[in-house]
Amino acid sequence: SLTPRGRVLGAQSSRAIRDDDDDDDGFPIRPPPLLRLLLLSSSARSDLVISRVDRQIDLTSHIVRVLSSLKIENAGPDAVSEVLFAFPNMQAKNLAAIKTFYSEGKGKGKSPSIALPTVIVQPEGMPPELTFYSVALPKSLEKGKTLNMDMLAVFTHSLTPFPEEITQADAQLLVYQDSAYYLSPYAVKVQSLGIRLPNGRVESYTKYPNTKLVDSELKYGPFESLPPFSYSPIIVHFENNHPFAVVQELTREIEISHWGNAQITEHYTIVHGGARTKGGFSRIDYQMRTNIRGTSSFSLLTALLPPRAHSIYYRDEIGNISTSTLWADSRKTQFGIQPRFPIFGGWRTTFTIGYSLPLQDFLFESDGKRVLNITYGCPLQEAVVDKLIVVLPEGSKDISASAPFHTKQSEEVKYSHLDIVGRPVVVLEKTNVVPEHNLYFQVFYRFSNLSLLREPLMLATGFFLLFVACIVYMHTDMAISKTSASYLAKLQWDEVQATVQRVQNIFDQYLKVHDKLESSLRDLSRTGDVQSCKAARKAADTQFKELAKELKPMLTFLQSSPQASQIWPKIEELVAKEREMQEKLMQKHSTVVECFEKKLGGREVENRVASLQQKLAALRQEVDNLLEINSTTTL
Amino acid sequence: MGANSASSSSSSSPLPIPFVPSLKTLRLKTKQQELLIRLSALALIYVLAFAIRLFSVLRYESMIHEFDPYFNYRTTLFLTRNGFYEFWNWFDSESWYPLGRIIGGTLYPGLMVTAALIYRALRLLTFAVHIREVCVLTAPFFAANTTLVAYFFGKEIWDSGAGLAAAALIAICPGYISRSVAGSYDNEGVAIFALLLTFYLFVKAVNTGSLAWSLASAFGYFYMVSAWGGYVFIINLVPLYVLVLLVTGRYSMRLYVAYNCMYVLGMLLAMQIRFVGFQHVQSGEHMAAMGVFFLLQVFYFLDWVKYILNDARLFQSFLKITLTCAISVGALALGIGTASGYISPWTGRFYSLLDPTYAKDHIPIIASVSEHQPTAWSSFMFDFHILLFLFPAGLYFCFKRLSDATIFVVMYGLTSMYFAGVMVRLILVAAPAMCLISAVAVSATIKNLTTLIRTKSKSPQATSGKGSASSKASAKASVDQSLPFQRNAAIALLIGAFYLLSRYAIHCTWVTSEAYSSPSIVLSARREDGSRVIFDDYREAYFWLRQNTPPDAKIMSWWDYGYQITAMGNRTVIVDNNTWNNTHIATVGRAMSSYEDEAYEIMQSLDVDYVLVVFGGVTGYSSDDINKFLWMVRIGGGVFPVIKEPDYLVNGEYRVDKGAAPKMLNCLMYKLSYYRFGELITERDKPSGYDRARGVEIGNKDITLEYLEEAFTTSNWIVRIYKVKPPKNRW
Repeated sequence: SLTPRGRVLGAQSSRAIRDDDDDDDGFPIRPPPLLRLLLLSSSARSDLVISRVDRQIDLTSHIVRVLSSLKIENAGPDAVSEVLFAFPNMQAKNLAAIKTFYSEGKGKGKSPSIALPTVIVQPEGMPPELTFYSVALPKSLEKGKTLNMDMLAVFTHSLTPFPEEITQADAQLLVYQDSAYYLSPYAVKVQSLGIRLPNGRVESYTKYPNTKLVDSELKYGPFESLPPFSYSPIIVHFENNHPFAVVQELTREIEISHWGNAQITEHYTIVHGGARTKGGFSRIDYQMRTNIRGTSSFSLLTALLPPRAHSIYYRDEIGNISTSTLWADSRKTQFGIQPRFPIFGGWRTTFTIGYSLPLQDFLFESDGKRVLNITYGCPLQEAVVDKLIVVLPEGSKDISASAPFHTKQSEEVKYSHLDIVGRPVVVLEKTNVVPEHNLYFQVFYRFSNLSLLREPLMLATGFFLLFVACIVYMHTDMAISKTSASYLAKLQWDEVQATVQRVQNIFDQYLKVHDKLESSLRDLSRTGDVQSCKAARKAADTQFKELAKELKPMLTFLQSSPQASQIWPKIEELVAKEREMQEKLMQKHSTVVECFEKKLGGREVENRVASLQQKLAALRQEVDNLLEINSTTTL
Repeated sequence: MGANSASSSSSSSPLPIPFVPSLKTLRLKTKQQELLIRLSALALIYVLAFAIRLFSVLRYESMIHEFDPYFNYRTTLFLTRNGFYEFWNWFDSESWYPLGRIIGGTLYPGLMVTAALIYRALRLLTFAVHIREVCVLTAPFFAANTTLVAYFFGKEIWDSGAGLAAAALIAICPGYISRSVAGSYDNEGVAIFALLLTFYLFVKAVNTGSLAWSLASAFGYFYMVSAWGGYVFIINLVPLYVLVLLVTGRYSMRLYVAYNCMYVLGMLLAMQIRFVGFQHVQSGEHMAAMGVFFLLQVFYFLDWVKYILNDARLFQSFLKITLTCAISVGALALGIGTASGYISPWTGRFYSLLDPTYAKDHIPIIASVSEHQPTAWSSFMFDFHILLFLFPAGLYFCFKRLSDATIFVVMYGLTSMYFAGVMVRLILVAAPAMCLISAVAVSATIKNLTTLIRTKSKSPQATSGKGSASSKASAKASVDQSLPFQRNAAIALLIGAFYLLSRYAIHCTWVTSEAYSSPSIVLSARREDGSRVIFDDYREAYFWLRQNTPPDAKIMSWWDYGYQITAMGNRTVIVDNNTWNNTHIATVGRAMSSYEDEAYEIMQSLDVDYVLVVFGGVTGYSSDDINKFLWMVRIGGGVFPVIKEPDYLVNGEYRVDKGAAPKMLNCLMYKLSYYRFGELITERDKPSGYDRARGVEIGNKDITLEYLEEAFTTSNWIVRIYKVKPPKNRW
């Protein structure tokens, strides 16, 4: 049901193209005229002949992949050790990756293919409009021998939207341009070309006698016996609503902590690289009929993260983005991220995702060096990376990095929590990165395990110093003027407090002696040993005397000190009460001992002592209260 | 055996004592114990005050809330990136297009400078924090510091127990939390700390008469002036307090030293803030302080003369002459100053504080802000809970033990309560006073009750062994007779008090978590099954603006969203929340209330590229532009009489359905809000175009736009952005 509308719209735009074509200057891209001239003038350079080439161009996504299977024959007299591939400059500037595989033999006996190094060269005598890549063969190709070679070339930005601006409802139409013939410095005997399209909807394509459109595949050829540098432009105009997510800028930051964590942070700037949207964006259309009203937009990106990724977040400059989903199993972590708004043609958005990985999966040790081995590319499917940053822990030395392709390397310093000299940073920059670059790269460095303890020790030292500073502050006298009245008053007050404290201690000792006497009385009632009881009495007497001697200077000090005027009455009371208590206790003691000596009955003793006992208990209570009050008032 | 029993009975009470000294030596001294308990309680309160404000971070994320904080955040960002001088001289062309705004001269820089300093300090200590985290946590941090100030203040006016109670109460007081949750990066966050600190230091200065304390209070005042316009409250309350002390005969040298030092230094320091400038000597709002300053001098002079003359009759006549002269000179100076325009009259905001009805009649832009509405009883209850009942009790205790400090806190409490009644947002200012006075009540009550219980718990121990032989014991026993009942009552009351306080704690936690922790920029709702839905439409729209409009695009929206658009969308706005130019806002209001073609002309004259409206019809979000629309009409009509409020009403009723006024159905705001809404079915069993925020089917479903086109609408339709089409070719 969706098709008719698309067809109608498509028909209109294709008609527009044909009109333009009649004017002969309308088509967005056409091969530069120079190239055509050049093709006629240049001639074969080498004795190689390509006996057969099959090309498959994949246009299903916005990354164009061209896979050419070549069968090369050496028709000349000399052995040849290199093979050249040619691309027009216009294409070569969009070339993101090129890979060549080489295999010997045929059919079943075919040896496993070997990837060969492919380098850019500028051979002499070749037209400057072409860019050449050279592949060195592992062993020279002898005269008359053939070899098989597969070449994969990956292009970005090679699909041009036409029309350049579409409305929200339109499907996105793209133009792809290439040569129907395989462009090569060698003569080609037989060749064919297949173009895979995302769907069968094609507006127009350059027609040759033997061109077929089967489902979603466009076939050209076979063409036979073409001279070197044959070029015949073809143009395919087709519908492709594949999300044109172009990561304009991606900074991946890998921060290694030897406590067992690698924190990866990725900053994205994503644009929709397809046809720009014209007119407004209608939410109601988008909401109610997303499939047709918004076909060319995308609202979901999927990132494939390594397994065991955790602590994943997704945010941008203004905060967390809540529309994301996560599926994880033991082999992979799939992270679905929805930008804040659907991305239509020409729209852009930026965001950051971050996650942590267990370090042991990526970090190894060899020859005393540590090796970080992790992939370069970005986890988004079909997207492109620009800059990669590896942050190593503070204290790493002897850093070197190696990547399987050319990158611009530099070193920086980053400061994170508790860093003093900063963490060494290795920056690897490369533009035009495609999923084919998702290869492992290595960073080598030395790091001592002792450095791990540096930051905890720093923290501990910091706190230790803080406490020491507090102690020092509490124990030093910071007064500027040692003679000012307030300072002296403070000193005196401190002394008064200390004295009161000492007085309290002495009273505590008094009470202890009291208790001793009481216990001696108890012993007496149990054992009847009058002598030991008397001895205890004697000891207590001397102790009381000593304490009184000790107490005296303090009391005189407190009495004389104006600062103690508030406390003094209480101290005085305390002294009086204690004295009274002491007297009563002595009295009790003598009474009990006397009674024992007279062998009086228990009841009698009790009667005699009863009143004393009551008084003592009351006094004890009062003394305790006083001591307590003193201790609180001195605050 | 008899002796045995006698001695055992006699030793029954002293028996436990031998163990006590040994235990005492192991334990800390009572003084140290008390200190330890007090310090740990204070530390816990400090942590609690910080932690309770983190609900929003846990529930949402570490983000800036509301509207104004976005401006503060943006300026802080600028300050940390470009340094203080750049910040001070910053001319911001992104707001108030085409007028621009001199940021350095039109803001209170205290908050930003504080946050930037904290940020620098953390960086210096090698903590690699982001400035946003610092901004988000500034308010909770200062709220925690406020508890410390409250403790010392409470200690100053009553005792350390009241201080602890005040710290605990203010730590979780919802009235204060409402403005100091994490992310609420607003001036009030640090200003309440500064306010209380200034008051505390001033009271301390009055109590001690120390120059050092009054100097400190002047600096506290300076910080307050740099942080918030509410400093006017201080500069009026302090002289009022001095006046009351003078009138009640509590004038002292201490007061003289404290006030003069604080006023003179505070005034000079405050002049360093560009936004305040010379207002201390030029504005009517600050004249009370100056008057009291001169009055104090006269008072001191008279005191001195009285001492010199030493003659009551002579002094009386001298007093008459001096007073007449002083008053007439003062009145003359004030009269000339006002007449010549040197002293500016009171501003509308000041009037509206004294008279709640003033704003409604004269300044619609002040009245349109919901937080400027008079306070309802329910919000008093919501924000203060038991403090409302403890407040009068605390006043009773304060009057019972009147001192300079308690007079201050009573005056602070009463005046701030009045202002809290006038404006909802000033509940914030009243909160510390409420907490302090309530703390006095709590502390005094609990102390009284516990002393009752403690004396009781001791006397039985003392009397138990003695029987009733001695006169002392019998006296105690007679007291005992009345005590059990009293004691039980005390215990019951204590339990009641603890119950109330725990209810308060529960209420505060609940209020904080439910009401005060939503960032208002991210909305959330509960589905029927209890799961939470998040509406992140604001940020969706702002981020769209940031990414997909030209960098020099000018956005027109109602002023509420101005700060957010500049901070998050990074685009120029026509008006924003700094409502300094009423005419400019009225122009926007006029554009919104005009027909599309008239509005187009206004928008062309303002260079508008995009128009942003907030619409809650799909989600049922009620604080959208349609509900604010009448204020736009009023504010627009206040300057441009062509806009008349009755045109948008039907019989005085505001409606958007079929019965709405024709002008209403065709004005720009209506069209932009409901454009193509008529095709949408929002609720089952309801016709299309059913507005869920207002519960009606809209009256104009067939809206076409001629001069604007829909540029973006967020996923829940909350924010709708329209592009203003370029003018048509003339031929």
